[in-house]
Amino acid sequence: MSTATTHDAHHEEHPKGLLRWVFTTNHKDIGTLYLIFALTMFFIGGAMAMVIRAELFQPGLQFVNPQFFNSMTTMHALIMVFGAVMPAFVGLANWLIPMMIGAPDMALPRMNNWSFWILPFAGTMLIGTLFMQGGAPAGGWTMYPPLVLQTGNAFPFLIFSVHLLGISSIMGAINIIVTIMNMRAPGMTMMKMPLFVWTWLITAYLLIAVMPVLAGAVTMLLTDRFFGTSFFNAAGGGDPVLFQHIFWFFGHPEVYIMILPAFGIVSAIIPTFARKRLFGYSSMVYATASIAFLSFLVWAHHMFTVGMPLTGELFFMYATMLIAVPTGVKVFNWVATMWKGSMTFETPMLFSIAFVMLFTIGGFSGLMMSMAPVDFQYHDTYFIVAHFHYVLVPGAVFAIFAAVYYWLPKWTGNMYDEKLGKLHFWLSTIFVNVLFFPQHFLGLAGMPRRIPDYSTQFAGFNEISSIGGFAFGLTQLLFLYILIKTVRGGSKATDQVWEGAEGLEWTLSSPPPYHSFTVAPEVK
Amino acid sequence: MSSEANGGYYVPHGSVWPIIGAVGLFVMLHGFGDFLNGSDEGSTVMLAGFAILLFMVFGWFRTVINESEAGTYNMQVDKSFRWGMSWFIFSEVMFFAAFFGALWYARVLSVPWLGGGDPGTNELLWKGWEATWPTNGPGNVGGAFTLLDPWKIPALNTLLLLSSGVTITFAHWALKKGNRGALVLWMMATVILGATFLGFQIHEYGEAYSEHHNLTLGSGIYGSTFFMLTGFHGLHVTLGTIMLTVITLRCAKGHFTADRHFGFEAVAWYWHFVDVVWLGLFIFVYLL
Repeated sequence: MSTATTHDAHHEEHPKGLLRWVFTTNHKDIGTLYLIFALTMFFIGGAMAMVIRAELFQPGLQFVNPQFFNSMTTMHALIMVFGAVMPAFVGLANWLIPMMIGAPDMALPRMNNWSFWILPFAGTMLIGTLFMQGGAPAGGWTMYPPLVLQTGNAFPFLIFSVHLLGISSIMGAINIIVTIMNMRAPGMTMMKMPLFVWTWLITAYLLIAVMPVLAGAVTMLLTDRFFGTSFFNAAGGGDPVLFQHIFWFFGHPEVYIMILPAFGIVSAIIPTFARKRLFGYSSMVYATASIAFLSFLVWAHHMFTVGMPLTGELFFMYATMLIAVPTGVKVFNWVATMWKGSMTFETPMLFSIAFVMLFTIGGFSGLMMSMAPVDFQYHDTYFIVAHFHYVLVPGAVFAIFAAVYYWLPKWTGNMYDEKLGKLHFWLSTIFVNVLFFPQHFLGLAGMPRRIPDYSTQFAGFNEISSIGGFAFGLTQLLFLYILIKTVRGGSKATDQVWEGAEGLEWTLSSPPPYHSFTVAPEVK
Repeated sequence: MSSEANGGYYVPHGSVWPIIGAVGLFVMLHGFGDFLNGSDEGSTVMLAGFAILLFMVFGWFRTVINESEAGTYNMQVDKSFRWGMSWFIFSEVMFFAAFFGALWYARVLSVPWLGGGDPGTNELLWKGWEATWPTNGPGNVGGAFTLLDPWKIPALNTLLLLSSGVTITFAHWALKKGNRGALVLWMMATVILGATFLGFQIHEYGEAYSEHHNLTLGSGIYGSTFFMLTGFHGLHVTLGTIMLTVITLRCAKGHFTADRHFGFEAVAWYWHFVDVVWLGLFIFVYLL
């Protein structure tokens, strides 16, 4: 095959040793770095979740003091959002987009390296706050003033780590857009692009639009604390609610940043294992674009209880409900793709089907909370915790698991252990529900979030939830074991890997050559 | 070298600059954080980080300029740079949008609420306070202040920046006609206009901080939005002027041809962006 010869031609340029990873401009190396970083952060953030669940196993204060408990909830969220989920998707984008559109590499390879290497420094700065005077930030990941302004020495480092993470995300997003717009192989028109590429194009646009807004918001926090400004100080004519508006103008698109690439992954996997074309390709593209557009108009549904004119409550309520329409289109299309398909249930497919079902549960609880009058009861309870964990864990994280099982044989040339993969799936799916489903009931019964202690009537469901949490956490060690085992060896994967797989990445060898397509393939 | 260097899409093989940039950013911000927490070494560490960052900027741009001069970049690479710069400017627009948003929110919503538009807030917290704009809030934060006259230096500055937008366009026309002398002259005019703007702006800040005006960053919400918006704009003009200076030198060296001059255009775009932000500032911060 021609790809084999190009591989040889580039052999002398294939750098070796540790410094290869530091200086690399190769999209596969950088993708690998992103994924390893994300996995590391997933376990660090996960360990913090274990502390939270241990403390909540029983009512009363057992293991940690309330301040540290609040640090754990804050840091767990920041690390999982900015350290695990987002970098994992960027890692997948790095690995897959050039291979899917027939490009030699990302469009701006040096900037690609910079986007990644800012991350470990930002992560170090953020985790370092745990050891500072006054403790790690404990005011919640949303950093609402005036509470967050009481953070100790960690405060400026919290702000700067958010700045660094933002710079990294913006550069990564610019690189992805430029790659998609400028590096497609001849014949790869926009409406022929795989949906993972489409969803990432739209996600990257969201990132560039909102990460600077977050940077602005935290800059205002910094100047309010250290330079005497009054953005969030009512005595000076400012308003603490202003922060919430700016934050959620970032924050709502941000939640779609964490789910749109997952939609793309599932839209790639389900057709493969149903052995049918994706149902309604163009409606998927339009639905993704509609979700992205609406995401800019719904931010204040996070703030129904904070005080807003009635017209505001109504506008944000109806706008939020509209999002259910394009999301419903997507779920319908996935189910319709499976309809009468010749389905098999390998691990990526299992995770994808679980994604469709469990993400939909998270979507429905979101719809419940979109109703302003009803949200007054749910706000800041465990119901919201259950909701966003349903969309993020069996949503975003399951999609990442599915993507790793689906493309790992392509990346490494080795098949993973299907038996262990299925075991990982079943344990994860069972325990994620044991972990998060009871939290709906806790929330509806009135248990507030971000409190280390609770009234005794909540004890039963909390105990079940904690057991689910520990089991889910332990299960992920199995995932780590499967990964290491697959990278080190295993039965050889074919180039196509999966019988029903379609797309340019499957035309490359497994593992693919260092430079994906030195000669652009012709797409018909 | 491989096929990429001649005709194909150029994919560099390894680069030392990004990691230096990452270290520089980390050291600089770490030092700044320590400084804000009152540590003595903070500012030194911050400056060291800034120096590393400068070293990176020089090195990275030197590499790219040399590659560009060696003809490494084909039209497709050129297009990547164009897309990249456009989206970078869009991200800058969104950064300013956050601060403009804060200004409008305060003026249209929160200040009127404090002044009785939301009866509960006014009654319970700041009874009797009437909303005005500009304001430093019911707490009179930062003490009484007076405004700068928009029709003096700010109006002049508007004229300067708008003229600089014209001169850089003349420079572009000269470049397209291959007239290097006119190109360099118009570029120098643009740099001088930018630098003069900055000089006036510094003078204006001095005036604001003087006892006569007592308008400071700490002057409530008005001072906050005024200085953060004009300050970040000023930083961008500073950066833009440095970029213009570099481009002027490259023009004088003959780096650009009539049909290939992305570096020039990128800076011109950036300069127009800074110009447009100023127009927004002049209207919403100074005039209205």
